[in-house]
Amino acid sequence: MRIVIIDDSGLRATVLEEGLREAGYDDIHIVPPRGAFVARLERMAPDVVLMDLGSPSRDTLEEMLTVSRALARPIAMFVDQSDDSMIGAAIDAGVSAYVVDGLRKERVKPVLELAVRRFNAFAKIQGELDEARTALSDRKIIDRAKSILMNQRSLSEQDAYALLRSSAMNQGKKIVDVAQALITASDLLGGGI
Amino acid sequence: MNLKIAFLPLNDAAVLVAAREKGFAEEEGLALDLVRTTSWATLRDRLVFGQVHAAQMLAPLAVAVTLGLSQQPAALAAPYKLGVNGNMLVMATDFAKALEPDVAARLADPLGTAHDFAAAIGLWRRKPVIGVVHRFSSHSLMLRYWLASAGVDPDKDVVLRVLPPSLTVEAMRAGEIDGFIAGEPWGSAAVEEGLAETVSIGERIWRRGVEKVLAFREAWMEENPETVDRLLRALARAAAWCDDPANHVALSDLLADPRYVDQPAELIGRALSGQIVARAGEAAIANPDFMLFSREATPFPWRSQALWIYSQLVRWNMVDHDVATAAKAGAVFRPDIFRRALADSDVAMPGASMKVEGAVDLPMAVGSRRGELTLGPDRFFDGRVFDPERIEEFLAGFASPR
Repeated sequence: MRIVIIDDSGLRATVLEEGLREAGYDDIHIVPPRGAFVARLERMAPDVVLMDLGSPSRDTLEEMLTVSRALARPIAMFVDQSDDSMIGAAIDAGVSAYVVDGLRKERVKPVLELAVRRFNAFAKIQGELDEARTALSDRKIIDRAKSILMNQRSLSEQDAYALLRSSAMNQGKKIVDVAQALITASDLLGGGI
Repeated sequence: MNLKIAFLPLNDAAVLVAAREKGFAEEEGLALDLVRTTSWATLRDRLVFGQVHAAQMLAPLAVAVTLGLSQQPAALAAPYKLGVNGNMLVMATDFAKALEPDVAARLADPLGTAHDFAAAIGLWRRKPVIGVVHRFSSHSLMLRYWLASAGVDPDKDVVLRVLPPSLTVEAMRAGEIDGFIAGEPWGSAAVEEGLAETVSIGERIWRRGVEKVLAFREAWMEENPETVDRLLRALARAAAWCDDPANHVALSDLLADPRYVDQPAELIGRALSGQIVARAGEAAIANPDFMLFSREATPFPWRSQALWIYSQLVRWNMVDHDVATAAKAGAVFRPDIFRRALADSDVAMPGASMKVEGAVDLPMAVGSRRGELTLGPDRFFDGRVFDPERIEEFLAGFASPR
């Protein structure tokens, strides 16, 4: 069974491909939805196409499925329309799958289930990454605010941080918000660092 | 009651956004959860598989899904139109050089421009690739109608490439398409970047062209009459607010929010106020009917408009004509629900549910169950009229483009 993953995010496609290979599928191709991806897909003649439900290129893909003569006409994203929980899980996970006509649903279901699990796993990783990134940029902002205080008020680093923290607590705000306000004010006043 | 409604980032999400942000939904005891979606396929799937209660849908797509032409068939119902008009056809500045250079004259004469366009195709280095947002979109049907009037076969003489509105400008920049027709603000965004010029606007092709509808799954709509009525009342008030020129700046600011259209308010405002910049750096051209939300009973779902859509699907071989299919297509628009929901409101209520489309030249007072109702001019640019009782005759009037 030839499976094509259409995906913008290299990481998510890799997470999915890995899972499929572990499950014993070995004819897997990743195509980013850019440029002439439709023509590439046509040449590959896939049995199953997996795509992020949030991808804006779904309309382009579906149009190809409608007009392509090269492809045996694939059917809709969900093989077993009676399986509501599967459909719900797929949409929640953001998976859409197009399956070539005639492929038995027992063969496709494990692929779809695996895609759902992997998409969910990816979303979790992504969430953690975003959190880590936010934490990092928060720290940079706080560091800059600290150095402004150290310069302007001749405080030690520790005291500068304590001052930020107590101001935040007094105002019921996050430290990073107080720090950002301080940086903005300092920039406006031409304070520099 | 919490209602999930899917939408695409376009100006004609305005009524939904205003209903939520200006308190009209809240007044009806509804909390709207607007779900931003980037493709029509995903909007359709969310609606068909019950992940949202309603959606801002291309009117032809609602018909197509009901007729089983677009993936999983499902009976959809459209009791309310979210707007009329609002599309713009833009082409690469190089391509537009072969057209009338005075852009105001170009827009004012869609028939002449269609013929210039036909000639320009021969001068272009390849078959022009024109982006359309979906096979089953009003944009695509109007573009086909317009091209065919000048003898251009839209399936042979040009390449129609489907891509969602939010990718159009990027595709222009990459040279993947030579132009596109889409809802605003995307055409204006391409013009502003100097990538394209306006070639035609929807309002000049069909002066009151059916556009987005509020679509439900029919079964859900029938099971939840009270909620549906509340929503329609909220939308009707939101639409009146959106139409008021005094609110256009506030509405542009609302839509510019990253949760909605996420484009500059100034670009969004052009279509709302009908001040269209057709070429970067030039003065705006006034098109006061560029986009309508409320006046002239805009939200009323005339069955004849669903049937016009159907006639075009037949014309382009997307569906085979028979009486039962026509009836099914016409029944997607639900004036009966509109009447029920807005019975006690001050919304002007047409007496009929069908009309001859394209027959009004000048603003005309028509039979109304309540209040005064004046319909605006609704001519097609080629002067044809569509009598929904005579679909075959209408179709026979088109020379086969093949």
